[in-house]
Amino acid sequence: MGIADLLLRPLRSPVVTAALPAPGGLPDRGHRGTPSLCSAPAAAAPLSTLCPVGAIQVGEHPNGACSLQIDYGKCLFCGNCVQASPSGELCAGNEFALVGRTRESVTATWTAASDGSIERQPAAGDAVGQSVAHRRCRSVHIRHLDAGSCNGCDWEMTALLNPVYDIQRLGLDFVASPRHADLLLVTGAMTRNLMQAARRTYEAMPEPRLVVAAGACAVSGGPFADSYATAGGAAPALPVDVFVPGCPPRPEALIHGILVAVENQGRR
Amino acid sequence: MPFAQTRTLLDDCPFTVRTIATPASNETMLVCDPSDLPGLCAYVTGRGAKLATMTGLDLVPLGEQLGVEFVFSVAAFDEFLRIRAPISLERRSYPSVTPAVPAAQWYEREVKDLFGIDPVGHPDPRRLVLHETFPHGYHPLRKNVSATEQAPTDARHFDYFEVQGEGVYELPVGPIHAGIIEPGHFRFSNIGELILHLDARLFYTHRGIEKRVEGKPASEALFTVERTCATCTVSHAVAFSTAVERLSGTQVSERATWLRTLLLELERLYNHVGDIGNLCAGAGFHAGTSRGAILKERLQRLNEELTGHRFLMGVVGVGGLRYDLHSSRLEHAARTLPELRDEFAAYVDMLLETRSFTHRLVGPGTLDLATAFALGGTGVSARAAGLATDYRIDHPHLAYPLLKPRRVVEEAGDVNARFLVRVGEVMEAFDLAERAIAGLPGGTVSAEIAPLPAGASALGYAESSRGANIHWLMAGSNSDVYRLRIRSASYANWPLVARAVVGNIVPDFPLINKSFELCYSCCDR
Repeated sequence: MGIADLLLRPLRSPVVTAALPAPGGLPDRGHRGTPSLCSAPAAAAPLSTLCPVGAIQVGEHPNGACSLQIDYGKCLFCGNCVQASPSGELCAGNEFALVGRTRESVTATWTAASDGSIERQPAAGDAVGQSVAHRRCRSVHIRHLDAGSCNGCDWEMTALLNPVYDIQRLGLDFVASPRHADLLLVTGAMTRNLMQAARRTYEAMPEPRLVVAAGACAVSGGPFADSYATAGGAAPALPVDVFVPGCPPRPEALIHGILVAVENQGRR
Repeated sequence: MPFAQTRTLLDDCPFTVRTIATPASNETMLVCDPSDLPGLCAYVTGRGAKLATMTGLDLVPLGEQLGVEFVFSVAAFDEFLRIRAPISLERRSYPSVTPAVPAAQWYEREVKDLFGIDPVGHPDPRRLVLHETFPHGYHPLRKNVSATEQAPTDARHFDYFEVQGEGVYELPVGPIHAGIIEPGHFRFSNIGELILHLDARLFYTHRGIEKRVEGKPASEALFTVERTCATCTVSHAVAFSTAVERLSGTQVSERATWLRTLLLELERLYNHVGDIGNLCAGAGFHAGTSRGAILKERLQRLNEELTGHRFLMGVVGVGGLRYDLHSSRLEHAARTLPELRDEFAAYVDMLLETRSFTHRLVGPGTLDLATAFALGGTGVSARAAGLATDYRIDHPHLAYPLLKPRRVVEEAGDVNARFLVRVGEVMEAFDLAERAIAGLPGGTVSAEIAPLPAGASALGYAESSRGANIHWLMAGSNSDVYRLRIRSASYANWPLVARAVVGNIVPDFPLINKSFELCYSCCDR
C-alpha cells in the first residue's frame, strides 16, 4: 500500500501550481495591500507622521499644490498610514511588483494640485520588467544570503520551491554554494557580525553575477537602519542590481524581482 | 495576597533582601547585595523556581548605578520572582551565578558584552553577542554609548572549544549554510563521523533591536519588536504589548484577548506544520516535504485572508489589536480550519506509514530530561524530553484559562519525540483556534494606554510555537521604552541543541537541528 499510494496520489490529486499574476494585479486574497495616495490631502504635513519608519515625505509647493513621496524601500506595509490618514487620502492598492533597478526607483511621488487632481510618477523600475512575468528564461541558479533578517523574506523564498509557486518551472533553482550561483538573493539589514561572510559569499560567485536585495531590510535597513549593529541594507556591502520592496515581499514579488534582474543583466 | 505564595520560598532565607513593589500582580521583586547573587539564586532554584530571563541595567542617567536582574518563574503559583542587585560603576562585576544555575550561562555572557558587567568565575568567559569586528571595551547598551554610531572595526581571534586527542578534527559549518536557512556557525569536534562536541556560535543576525527601541513610544516600538522574528511575530507582539499593559494597568477587551489567542494558535499551526515538512527534508523524504509545504501554504493564505498578512504581522497592537477582524473572514476561517485539519491528519498517516522515514527519526538527537531542566529548556524541545513546561498552562495568559489547552509531552527526547509533540500540538491548535472563533465575544478591540509609570518595570510573556517568549520592559520618563530585554524561546533552547548532537553522526545533524527548528533571529535580535 505505502509506495503505490505515494506514487498514485500525485496522479489523483489536483494540480496546485498557481499561474503567476501579471505585475499589475493580484487576485484578492484579503492582503493588506500597497499604500498610495488616492485623493488630494487637505493638509499634507500630518501625513508624514503616520509612518513608523519615516517612509512618507511631504512637500508644500506654491499655488496650493503639495507633493507626497512614499519610499517603498523603507515601507513595512504595516497599513498604519492607510488606517490613520485623516480623510482616507491614503489607500491600499493591489500592486505588488514594486521592483526597481536603483534605490531611488522604488519610491513613488504624487503631486496634488490645488484643484484636487493628483499626478503620480511611476514606482516600478523598468517598463521592460512589466512583461517579464510571462517569459521563460534560461536556467538561473540562485544562492540565498540571510544578512540579518527576521526570516520573513527567507521563508517566502523557501515557499518559491513549494508546488504552489514552483520556480523550477521557470528554470530557476536554489543552489548550495555561491560557486554554483548566477544570482545572490540577499535579505536582512547587513549586520556587522555577518558582513565578512556576505562579502566572501559574493566574491566566491563566478561572473557574470547578479545581486537582488529582497525586503525592506536589505533595500534600506528597514526598522534596523541606523543601528550600531547593522550597515543599513545590502547596498553598503554589495553591488545591488535589483531592489525588491516588501515586508516581506510576497513570493510573486520575489519571482518578479529575480526575473527583472535576469532580463536586465548587462544593461546599465 | 499576591506576593504571599512566592514569599514562602524565602522562609528561612539566610540572605538579606529588600522587597520593591511592582505594577504587575504576579511579580515579586527583591533587591540583594551583588555578592549574594549566586547563593540566593541557588537557594530559590532549590525550592522550585526556574530561571526565566535575566537582564543588565544602566540606571546611571536616573541617578543610580548599573544593575543586573535575574527573573525566575514559579510555575506552582503562577508567579515570577525578580532578584535585582545594584552594581557600582567602579566595580562593574559580581560573582557569576552560572556555576550554581547553569541556565544563566548565555544571559551572563550577553550582559558582559553589552553592558561591560563581568560575571566573575563564569566557566565560559568568551564573547557571545558581539563578534570580532566590534572592539573590546565597547558596550553598546550603556546609556552613554550612541545607538547609531558605528564603532571602529577590530579584528581579533575567537577561541573555539577544542577537543584534544588523536584523530579528533574540527569541522566548521557556516555561518552561510547550504539551504535557505539563517546564519550560524557550528564548530564540530569529530572522530570520523561521530560528533564529540559542538561549539555553536550564533548572533550573526544581531541587529541591536533592544537599543534601537530605547526612547521610542511603546506603540511605535512595537513595529520593530514584532519584526524580531517573522514566524514568532504574534508571540513577540503579544508579550511586548502585555508588558506595556501590565505596566500601565490597561485592561484589554475580551474580544481582543480572544482574537490574540486565535492569532497565537494560527501562528503555532503554520509553524508546526511547516516544521514537520522541514523534518521530512532533513530525512530526505521529499514527498513529505512537498505535501507539508502545500499545507503550510494553505495555512499562510488563510492567515492573509483573515488578517491581511501571511505572517500575521501588524495585527496585534498595544492595548489590544490594531484593527478588528471581519465576521465574514472569521466565518471563512471557521469553515476552512476543519478541512485543513483533515488534510493534516491524512498527511500524518502518510508519514507514519512510511517506515523509511520513521526509522530515521527514532534515536538521533536525544536530549535527556536532566539536561533540559538544568539548562532552562522551554517549549516543544523541553516537552519532548519529558519537561512539561507550557506557559499557556503554567502562567496562563490570554484566553487560555478558559480554553484550557492540553499539555503534549513525550519522554524519549529524540527527533521522533519532537515530531510527535508537534503532531499532538497541531491537533490541539486546530481545536483551540476553532473554539476561539466559536466563543468569540463581541465588543471593541483596542484600548487607550494609560501613561507608563517612569522607572517601573514589568514582564510580558506568551507561549510561542517554540516555547515561552518573555519580554522585560522598563518605562522611561515619557511613557517610552527605557530598557527592553527580549528573551525568546530559541535563546533558551540553542544550548540544548549542542548537547543533543553529541554522540550522533554528522549526517544526522541537519535532521536533529530541524527537529528543534529554533529561530536564529529570535535569539540574536
